[in-house]
Amino acid sequence: MYPQDLRYSTEHEWAKVEGGKIRVGITKFAADKLTDVVFVELPEVGAKVKFMQPFGVVESVKAVSDLYAPVTGTVVEVNTKLVDTPEVVNTDPHGRGWMIVVKPDDANELNTLMTAEQYAKMIGESA
Amino acid sequence: MVEFGGWEMPVQYAGIVEEHRAVRSSAGLFDVSHMGEVEVDGPGALESVQRLITNDAARLAVGQGLYTPMCTPSGGIIDDLTVFRLAEQRFLFVVNAATTAKDVAWIQQHTRSARARDRSSEFALLALQGPASQAILQRLTRADLPSLRFFHIAEGVDVAGIRCLISRTGYTGEDGFEIAPPWDVAPRVWEALIDAGRRDGLVPAGLGARDTLRLEAGIMLYGSDIDETTSPLEAPLGWTVKLDKGEFVGRDALRAQKELGVQRKLVGFEMSERAIPRSGYALHAGGRQIGQVTSGTFGPWVNKGIGMGYLSKAFTKAGTQIDVQVRGKAAPATIVKLPFYKRPTSETRKQGNEETKTS
Repeated sequence: MYPQDLRYSTEHEWAKVEGGKIRVGITKFAADKLTDVVFVELPEVGAKVKFMQPFGVVESVKAVSDLYAPVTGTVVEVNTKLVDTPEVVNTDPHGRGWMIVVKPDDANELNTLMTAEQYAKMIGESA
Repeated sequence: MVEFGGWEMPVQYAGIVEEHRAVRSSAGLFDVSHMGEVEVDGPGALESVQRLITNDAARLAVGQGLYTPMCTPSGGIIDDLTVFRLAEQRFLFVVNAATTAKDVAWIQQHTRSARARDRSSEFALLALQGPASQAILQRLTRADLPSLRFFHIAEGVDVAGIRCLISRTGYTGEDGFEIAPPWDVAPRVWEALIDAGRRDGLVPAGLGARDTLRLEAGIMLYGSDIDETTSPLEAPLGWTVKLDKGEFVGRDALRAQKELGVQRKLVGFEMSERAIPRSGYALHAGGRQIGQVTSGTFGPWVNKGIGMGYLSKAFTKAGTQIDVQVRGKAAPATIVKLPFYKRPTSETRKQGNEETKTS
C-alpha cells in the first residue's frame, strides 16, 4: 500500500528522491480521509517552501486542509494538471496525484521523515 | 459522524460527491429523523396556524402542504418549515431539529383553543430523493403514488407492511418522498427501501450531500442563510409572505419592510474560476467589503464553486461582478439568479411550482 521508496511526514505527505530533487504529494491515507478532492492550490515555480510549513491547500467538498512541505527548498515544478483534474489526488495519490517537485536545501532533511513501515504503523495499517 | 442540532449524524457514507450524483441521477436515502413534528388540532386550529405563519394555510386542501417561515413580531425568521393540512382543523408542522424546542414553545404560546403537541419522538423521517424515487417506493406500497402530487401528504400508507405518513417533498431539488414511520420500526423501512432501490443505484446519503444538494437547489438552511436577524423579504422568500391573508405575527413589520423596501437581499453567486467559497468568507466589490458568505460549497453537479450571501441592493443584479476573499486573495464571482440547479421539467414539477410558488 505505501511504497518503500517514499518517505512520509506526520502530516501525511510523501517525499520521493529523484536525482537531486524531491517529488511531493499526499498519501493514500490522507486522500481517502478527504474523500472528494475538488480543489488544489499550489505554489508557483520558484517559491520557497519550509520543512513542515504550509505550502498549499487541498479542498474536499466539506473541508479545507493545509499541505505541509516535507522538506525545505525551492519549488522547481508544479503539477498544474491538478487545477482541472483534482480528483487524480484520490485515484492515484502516490503517482499522477503528485503536487510539487522541490530542489532541497539539505537533502539530509529527508532522514527525519518516516519509512513506509513507520508510517503504516502510525496510521494503524499494515505496510 | 458529526453532532448536528443535538443529533449524531453521518456526514457521508460512500462520499459526498458520489451520494450527490446518485440523488441527481437515480436516488438517495437520507435519515432525517432529527426533524421535529408538531401537530396543531382542534377547534380554531386553522386560525392558530394562520397567526403563526406568513404563508396562507387557508388555501390548503386536506392532504396538501406548503413551505413557510414563522416570524417574530419584528419579522425575523424563527424557523422555516412545512405545514401540512391533515384534516380541516388538523395541521402538521415539520420543523428544524435545532429549533424544535423553541418552535414548540412558540407554537403553544400562539394557539388559543387549538391544541399543539410535539410528536417528534413518535416519528422517524426518511427522505427518499431523486428521479427513481417513485419507482422504488412503488415496489413497497400499493398506494397510487403518481396521484400524490408535489407538496401533498397521505396518512396511513402501508410501506413494506408498516403504516407511514408520506409526503412528496424534499430538500434536494429533486422529485422524492419523505416517509415518516413510527420511530421504533423505522430501521425496517430503511432496509426495505435500500433493498428495493439497489438495482436503480439507490445509495444511503448523509448530511454532507444533503447540504450540497439543497445549496445547488437554492434552498435556505436555517441558522446559516436565515435566522431571527433576517426577514423573509431579505431572503428570497417574499413569495411565502401573504400580507393580505389576515393578521399574523410579524405582518406589520413585514408590510413596513415591503413598503420601504429592504436594504439587503440574499443572492446566489458562482465562482468564475476554480475556487470554493466557504461560510464566513468576505465578499468584496470596488475594494471594500460588501457582505459575507452565508453558505458556500463546491457544487458537485454544477461542477463549480457556488455560494449565497446578503448584499446591499446595489450589488444584487444578476451579472454583477464581485470578489470572494479566499485565503487573502480575491477570487472573482458573478451574481446569478437562484437556483443554481433546476431539475429537468416534469409534470410533477410543473404542478408543484404552480401550487407552492405562486404569490
